[in-house]
This record gives sequence, structure tokens and C-alpha cells, in this order.
Amino acid sequence: MKLRYLPIAAALLATTTISANADTLRWARAGDALTLDPHAQNEGPTSSLAHQIMETLIVRDMTGAVVPALATDWAPSAADPNVWIFNLRKGVTFHDGSAFDSEDVKFSLDRAMTPDSDYKELLASVVEVRAPSSHVIEIVTDGPNPIMPNNLTNLFIMDKTWSEANNAVDVQDYEGGENTYAATHANGTGPYVVVSREPDVKTVLKINENYWGKDEFPMQVTEIIYTPIQNKATRVAALLSGEVDFIQDVPVQDLARVGSTDGLEVRTAPQNRVIFFGMNQGDADLKNDNVDGANPLADLRVRQAMSLAINRDAIKQVVMRGQSQPAGMISPPFVNGWNAEMDSSSTTDVDKAKSLMGDAGYGDGFSITLDCPNDRYINDEAICQAAVGMLAQIGVTVNLDAKPKAQHFPLINKHETDFYMLGWGVPTYDSEYIFNFLVHSKGEKYGSWNGTRFGQADLDAKIEALASETDLPKRNAMINEIWQVVQDEQLYIPIHHQVLNWGMTSNVKTIVAPDDSAKFKYFEFN
Amino acid sequence: MLSYIIRRIFQSILVLLVVGLVAFSMFRFVGDPIENMMGQERTQADIVRLRAQLGLDQPFPVQYWKFLKGAAQGNFGVSYRQGRPVGQIIAERAPATLELAAVSGFFAIIAGIGLGIFTAIRQKGWASHFIMTASLIGVSLPTFLIGILLIYLFSVELDLLPSFGRGDVVKIGFWSTGFLTASGLKALILPSITLGLYQMTLIMRLVRAEMQEVLRQDYINFARARGLSERVVNFRHALKNTLVPVITVIGLQLGSIIAFAIITETVFQWPGVGLLFINAIQFVDIPVMAAYLMLISVMFVGINLLVDLLYAAIDPRLRSESAT
Repeated sequence: MKLRYLPIAAALLATTTISANADTLRWARAGDALTLDPHAQNEGPTSSLAHQIMETLIVRDMTGAVVPALATDWAPSAADPNVWIFNLRKGVTFHDGSAFDSEDVKFSLDRAMTPDSDYKELLASVVEVRAPSSHVIEIVTDGPNPIMPNNLTNLFIMDKTWSEANNAVDVQDYEGGENTYAATHANGTGPYVVVSREPDVKTVLKINENYWGKDEFPMQVTEIIYTPIQNKATRVAALLSGEVDFIQDVPVQDLARVGSTDGLEVRTAPQNRVIFFGMNQGDADLKNDNVDGANPLADLRVRQAMSLAINRDAIKQVVMRGQSQPAGMISPPFVNGWNAEMDSSSTTDVDKAKSLMGDAGYGDGFSITLDCPNDRYINDEAICQAAVGMLAQIGVTVNLDAKPKAQHFPLINKHETDFYMLGWGVPTYDSEYIFNFLVHSKGEKYGSWNGTRFGQADLDAKIEALASETDLPKRNAMINEIWQVVQDEQLYIPIHHQVLNWGMTSNVKTIVAPDDSAKFKYFEFN
Repeated sequence: MLSYIIRRIFQSILVLLVVGLVAFSMFRFVGDPIENMMGQERTQADIVRLRAQLGLDQPFPVQYWKFLKGAAQGNFGVSYRQGRPVGQIIAERAPATLELAAVSGFFAIIAGIGLGIFTAIRQKGWASHFIMTASLIGVSLPTFLIGILLIYLFSVELDLLPSFGRGDVVKIGFWSTGFLTASGLKALILPSITLGLYQMTLIMRLVRAEMQEVLRQDYINFARARGLSERVVNFRHALKNTLVPVITVIGLQLGSIIAFAIITETVFQWPGVGLLFINAIQFVDIPVMAAYLMLISVMFVGINLLVDLLYAAIDPRLRSESAT
């Protein structure tokens, strides 16, 4: 077949090979940035692209460590514990040549706190942003906030005069429709400048010759061509055929194929995302089970038995093809509060699980519906299918209901599911973020992702107190106490930490960033 | 004739309204757009506020009415996913789909009719048997598989053709065309074959069957008896009478080429409206879904109307019937 086609195809086509400069990086991933407006969407691909063009006061480098960006140093005010003071970098200009100063920072942070911003929750504790001089910023919080700077690593700074001139003062609003200049244009201080952008098609960036860090960082990539390629097979084919140099999401079934191809490499690192099951343990009776008048999941022994029945190593080997790290707590490894002992606490013991089920009065088991997304996490539906078989061993008959994420997440949000899969990433790298959303009882401000119906008033108070506890050793001790409750109560059933697989041509030199955000100013070529 | 046209147009508008109504009543089952529009830090209050702001808390007849009112004024709303006017996004994307559909439609018609005639005239030859067998593969393999097979063969193994995208495009006014650059033309080859293969086999088999039917008719025998050459018999007499049903099918198939470009566009990351629609479904981008479905139904209804009118033009008997 191959030989038959060759001469025909060769005759039909002129031999124009795809050529690119050695310093151009052709980058593909499944999704495109949704917008260039830096405060409109708090979403991975969107902030990944924004990081090339715009900058934040402080930023995470490729290892995940916090490093200075537009702020050179920062500290709590000696006079007032509620104030953080940031000294800004001098001599920085935006892409259009205008100078960067504290007015731009104040404008941007105020903009990020407006109701249409997707980042306002990260700044919820901020009362006021002050610009006392041209290169000093003061951020006033509603109480002492020791980890406030961690919340700033994705808060991009826009040019105030540019925004005002282009009618981009407001974060994009879905009703107006006219006010969309910032969605397709950007004027940042970052290492790369937008040359052209067609959403979902192609974005071309070139190096910012006036970048303040031009000598500080490698900056070997001088041009970036970014193309979203949704279809997994096509994305891999584009890498194999040399049409792209770097893909950020290699499907697990193609890892061996890419890794064994000459001139290509797969680099792997644990991701900032943990996958787990949540259980409704608060309601008196469940809607989605076959037990009348009682909630089996309210019994700690049942929850423990279900966790014991899950064989995380089997999921790793069979479903994930080795690409996962079994988890014992619902925190990614590099987050403050994570500890190795808790994270390795998950074991598989079907006999013990069965006896726990018997003790709880469910020796004959029960049946329940498991809600699972099928387009959100790596092999999400397959993990749930594996869990169905494992839970059947202890008599829990699971009816799997897998749906697209747009239908799955509302079930958690509206408390319509009793048993569900969820994944969680921690942008602040601190446990408080996990507790606020997943452990605190559900209310207006806290616990918006807590579908367990679990809540203890004293635990809630302790979680809220974390925000203003400035004594860090004491704060860490509190975090540990809260984790102890989460573990003892078997609030969730942790499954594993996802692993990132970046595929690239061998001449690209980079490490894999745990937040899946490639910052190309750090990239080098061999 | 005029009253016939007016009646048909009136029916068409009714069909459009019903399609819109059905589409709108189904959007609630696609999922909740709010989840995708807000980051994971959103609170309950944010959800309620945004839902009210977008009017999603209202019953669907109200939402549908609002959409119709906007659509009648040419305003399809703002995409939830991209935050830009839907009309603008679709206008940007339409050239890619239309060019792809035109090329694959052209390929399907030329190759389909040509091969159909060939296999009808030379019924016994090995080439006909080979074509008929191969066409079975074309009909039975799903589009995405054909696309991926072509990518693996021509992009990965042979390194001849691009695996994704449109190549370089040239902007002529609002229209972006891939016809004017070498990379744009190369990029068209694999997606057009993938998209047109099914239609090609369909047309080929239809032409073959119709032509065989016609070739058995008495007037063909008379033509032969008159001593006309095979060429004149086959093309002047037989082919002409084959084409009436073929035109109907081609018309309807052209509509489906555009409508079902979705899969091909996803496989080849072809930046057309089909890919836009897939993204819209995943994101529950209601304004884009609504506009796309309306557009496709306008197109189908339009093509049907056109085919009906063409029919009347080709076949005088229909014309006199419709006049009475």
C-alpha cells in the first residue's frame, strides 16, 4: 500500500518541507487560551499564554518556587501588620514603550477585584491597594494575611493608560459585547509580544527586545507559534511528523510511541493536581442508593472500607500506564501542609474492608451511583470504571454515571450527587486553599466545592483563623491538626496525583513545571 | 410558480422557528455554562449573580424569545467562551469551512460521477470490481478513522502533507483563503478527501445504479440500432437521463458536507465553524450553539428550496403540476 501511494503522492506535491528557524518554538496543546484579558478567566491555558506576554508582581518559576517579577522585594509593614509593602522594579516598560509604575499595579489589582473578574476570590481579603510613590505598592488586608503574596502569582499587571485608551477598564462582560479589545489584544511587560492572534487557530509571539530580564534569563526562544490541537491523535502526529516542537499534553497511551521515536523526548513530573472521590456523609438518607432511611456513607467504617477496597497501584499500572502517583491525602506533594506519612497512608486490604462493612451492618453491601466526568482529568472515566470493580469486591454495587464536565460539576455544586470524582489543584501552594473550598462547610464564602455535606463549626472556625495567623509555626501546626481530622474522618477517598507528560524534540531543554505552565523565557536549545 | 415559491418560503420559516425551539429546549441538557465560565474559586453568590446576568435563570421560552429578537436584528449575542460577538466569530470561521466543503464537494462530484459512469459502462472489468470493493471501505469506515489513517500515512510516515491546520492563509477583505498559498493548498488535500470520501462513494454508486437502469431502456437500444457511437449513446442519451435524481442527492449532500464537517475539522484541527461548534458544546457556549444551529438549518432549508426550484426547471412535468 505504502509503495503504491509513494510515487503518486510525490508527483502531486512539490517538496516544500516545513522549515522553521532554530530559535522558533512551535508549541501545541489541547486547548487555546480563552481570552487575552488577564482577569477574565482563571484557567490553565489562559494564564499560561498570559505569562509569556504579561507579568505579575511575583511569579513561580519552572520549579514552582516564588521569585520576584515586577516586584523586587516585599515584606509586611513594620507599622501595620495588615499591610504588605512591595517595592517595584524600576526601568520596566510595556510593549508599547510606556513606563511601568505603581499606578498600573493599583489599576490592575483594583480591576481584578471587580465582580466580573475571575480572580476576585484570590484577593477577597484585600481591603485597599495604595500607591504611595511611583515604585511602591501597599496592599491592605482585612487582617494580617501571612500568605497573601502567594495569591499574586497569577495576577497580571496591565497598562493603565492603554486600558483606558482602548476601553478595557472593565473586565470583559458577556452582555455588552462591544467591549472586547482586551480579549484579543494585550500590552504587557512580559518577555514576548503578540504578533498575531486568531483564537483557537494560531497565536504568534516574538521576543520583547526591551525586556528587563533579557540578560537574566536564557531567552533563547525568539519566536513562539502556538496552535491548539484538540484531537489527541492529531496532536501526537504533529509532533511525530515534526510540525510542532513541543506538546504539553501527551496522551498516556502514546507515551511509549513518542519516547521511542528518534529525536523526540517525553519529560515527566508530578502535577499540581490530586484526584479523589467525595462522599455525601452529612445527609440522613441518600437519593442515589438502595438503602432506605439511612446513609451508609455517614458511617466512618463504610468510608474506610471503601478506601481500603481501592487498589491504587492497580489503577496506576493498568489505567494510567504507570503515569500517576498513588495518594493518601488530597493535597499535591509540594503544597505547604503536605506530609509524606499521610500521603502514603492509603493501603489496600479487602478482607479488612469486608469486616469493616460487616461491623457497620452492611455485610451484604449496598448499591450507589458514582458520578464521574469523562472529559476533565486524565483517563477519568476509566479510573471510575476500575473503582466499580474494586468496590464490588466488598459488596458495594456501583452504578457508574459518566458525563461531560459541564454536566458533572453542577451535580457537585447543587448537592445532587452522593458519590463523585473531583480533582483539585492548589495555585497558592498552601493547604488553606484546600480547606477553604473542600473542607469548610458549604456557605456563601467558603466550601463552594465541598459536596460531602460535612461541616464542623469548630473546624470551620479553625480554617477561617488560618487566614490571619501570622505566627507561621503555629499556623502550620493548625494546618496539621485540620489535616488530621480530614484523614481520621476519611472525608475523601484520595486516588492519585496526576503526572504531567511534556513531549518535545530532543533539542529543547526544559524542566516540567508542576503547574503545567510553560514559561518560555526559561527554555533553552541544545 | 410564484405562489409555489411563496408557500415554500413560508414553510421554510416555520421549519427554522421549530428547529430553534427544539435546540433551545435541549440546551439545558448540555450542562451548565456557569461552571466553565468561572474559575474554581467561584462562590455560590458569584454563580447566582452570573446566572441572573446572563438570563439563564429564566424559563427557556423567554430565553428563546430573547434570542429570536436579537437574531432578527442580526445580533447573536456574545460567546460565553471567547467573550466576543458570535456573529464576528462565525464570520471569521466560515471561510475555512466553506472552502473545505467546496473542495471536497468538487472532489466528490467529479470523482463520484466519473467512477460511476466507468463502473456502469464496464460492468465486468477487474478495475470496476476493484473500485466497487474499495468504495465499500469508503462507506463503512468512520470519518475520524479515515482521517487518522491518512494523517499517519501521509504526515507521519511519508512526511508529505501537514497533519493539522489550514497552512498559510491570505486575507481578501473579510475572507481568508487557503487557495493562494502552497501550504494552504497542501493543507486542503487530506481533510477534503476525508470529508468527501463518503459523498463520493454515495454519488458513484447512485450514478452507477441509475445509469445501468437507463442503459437497459428501449430508447438506448434504438439509439444503438440507429448506429450512434457508444460515446454519444452513453453520454448524450444515457447520462443526461441519469442526472435528475443525482442532482437532488448532490444538493442534499452538499448541505451535509458543511454540516458534518464537524468530525473532519476536529481530526485535522481545521479552524472552521464545525470545530467552533464542538468547542461550544464542550463549554456549553449557548449563543454560539444557537447561532450555528440556526445557520445550518437556514442552509439546509435554503438548499432544499433551491433543489425544489431546480427540479421544476429541469423537469417540465413538475412545472405544469405545480402551476395548477
